[in-house]
Amino acid sequence: MTHRIIAGFMPLLDSALLVAARTKGFAEAEGIDLTLLRETSWANIRDRIAVGHVQVAHMLGPMPIACNLGLTPLAAPTVVPMALGLGGNAVTVSNALWSLMEREGARPDLSPAGTGHALREVVACRARDGWARLRFAVVHPHSSHNYELRYWLSACGIVPGQDIDILILPPSLMPDALASGALDGFCAGEPWNTVAVAQGSGRIATVKAAIWRQSPEKVLGVDAAWAGTHPEALDALLRALHRAAVWCGTPANREELAALLSDPAHVGCPADRLLPALTGQLRIAPDEVAAVPDFFVPQASAATFPWKSHALWFYSQMVRWGQVAHAPRAAQIARDTYRPDLYRRALGPLGVALPSANAKVEGALTRPTPVGSSGASLVLGPDGFFDGARFDPDSLDAYVAAQQGSPDAQRA
Amino acid sequence: MADPLLSILVIDENRARAAIIEAGLREAGHDQVTLVHSMAGIARRIQEAAPDVIVIDLENPNRDMLEDMFQLSRAVRRPVAMFVDRSDSASIAAAVEAGVSAYVVDGLRQERVKPILDMAVSRFNAFARLTRELQEAREELEGRKVVDTAKRLLMKRRNISEDEAYALLRRTAMNKNRKIAEIAQSLVTAADLLGDEP
Repeated sequence: MTHRIIAGFMPLLDSALLVAARTKGFAEAEGIDLTLLRETSWANIRDRIAVGHVQVAHMLGPMPIACNLGLTPLAAPTVVPMALGLGGNAVTVSNALWSLMEREGARPDLSPAGTGHALREVVACRARDGWARLRFAVVHPHSSHNYELRYWLSACGIVPGQDIDILILPPSLMPDALASGALDGFCAGEPWNTVAVAQGSGRIATVKAAIWRQSPEKVLGVDAAWAGTHPEALDALLRALHRAAVWCGTPANREELAALLSDPAHVGCPADRLLPALTGQLRIAPDEVAAVPDFFVPQASAATFPWKSHALWFYSQMVRWGQVAHAPRAAQIARDTYRPDLYRRALGPLGVALPSANAKVEGALTRPTPVGSSGASLVLGPDGFFDGARFDPDSLDAYVAAQQGSPDAQRA
Repeated sequence: MADPLLSILVIDENRARAAIIEAGLREAGHDQVTLVHSMAGIARRIQEAAPDVIVIDLENPNRDMLEDMFQLSRAVRRPVAMFVDRSDSASIAAAVEAGVSAYVVDGLRQERVKPILDMAVSRFNAFARLTRELQEAREELEGRKVVDTAKRLLMKRRNISEDEAYALLRRTAMNKNRKIAEIAQSLVTAADLLGDEP
């Protein structure tokens, strides 16, 4: 029996699992006729799920939660049975801003604390001299980009929205906006940081993998109604995506994956702009390469497992930045959006490593650590936040309260 | 019935399509129509036009930015996505299918907006059809040119008449289950590689 599935995606590096599932035959082997529909905005992806043009889509991790909380127009109930990898973003700043930061002690080591401290000094200087606020951009208000950029700034003593403006811009426009001076920095996924460095408009100051190591990014968003009526098709798709993730995570396949993604029907940018994120050899400036081994993690460390603690952390940031009011009911909606039960149902029979828990304390692992699992053995982490904080999903209220109590949250 | 009091802003980087929509709106009696082709300074343009309805094409990568802007807008006349109550899912589906989306100021009654969206959808579809037909016509013209060249090649090489050359092309195309233009193209390419003058 053939399952016909149409998947919406954005031309970004982390569409890799969907692209590999389609082009390397993993979907076909599961009896799925998988069509990939390339989109130009996250709003289009949301609309296409809402009107039933696509059943599943490459989505920003917080987006399905925002849909289910009714924070976006035309939102259809959406579930997340699988993540599409960990990490993959960076913060790029203009050459002009970097030289100011360097003067304040920033080093080309991608250290969030070091570069953040220097940025705070620059911000303070500008405020003293009466200069305009710096402008940073992210791709979407309900994105990990937005939350990790704000997390980094706040932890370094910079109040987002007060000390620095944060705008929304499509990532394809960010490198040019940086070059023209319309922007001072941005947080985006690959290949856009590499593109900005390659065209000489900026340099990478820090990376998501350093702000919060092995942290959640894109997910597979699924129309909840379709998931309910098509359990076999969904399971088959998750099996295909799991095999695609294993293939994407195999170092020997990186060159081929970069070539597949470079196709105009997929990401449509030269393979050498895609390879740095896949190899972890990041070109952070025209003449500097930095090694970030877990810059983008497609499969290892349970990278495709839809942790409820990830959903709840995203929710805690929605509360922190005034996008939703904290309430037990809202937290429950966020928790229920991520569906490890569907992941287990589909992948359990394959004998793959399944974590025993559905949620974990985020930021607790300082080194790779074997954890309880069924199927194959499983090693998680390291997964630390750069400021040493931890997020315990069982103490959500305390975490939310601590954030609200900090002066940077008063603005919202 | 058109509602001439409504101010309508059309955001479309495709000038031809924007003009077709504007013409449609004006024919329907709307005279407050503003066209925007570039996203530069869009916030100010929206403020100046103070539109009741914003029509935007789905190819525009700036929808996320626009929606965020609407969300944060402190204006009383805050635009919200079309038919946010989903009372007319067929209209929404037709719009997404056609590649167009709309935002309307909060509180505006749906029946005042629906004719505008329906018009935009039909004009978007008409434009897509025109583009497709133009493309087909171009391809047909190209095809005819290449068939003529292939016929001349055959006439010269095989010393046959034009009718015989065409019959030969058609027979080959039928046998190989391909289009005549494709067979003609292969022939012309091959002759080109071998250095034959058509």
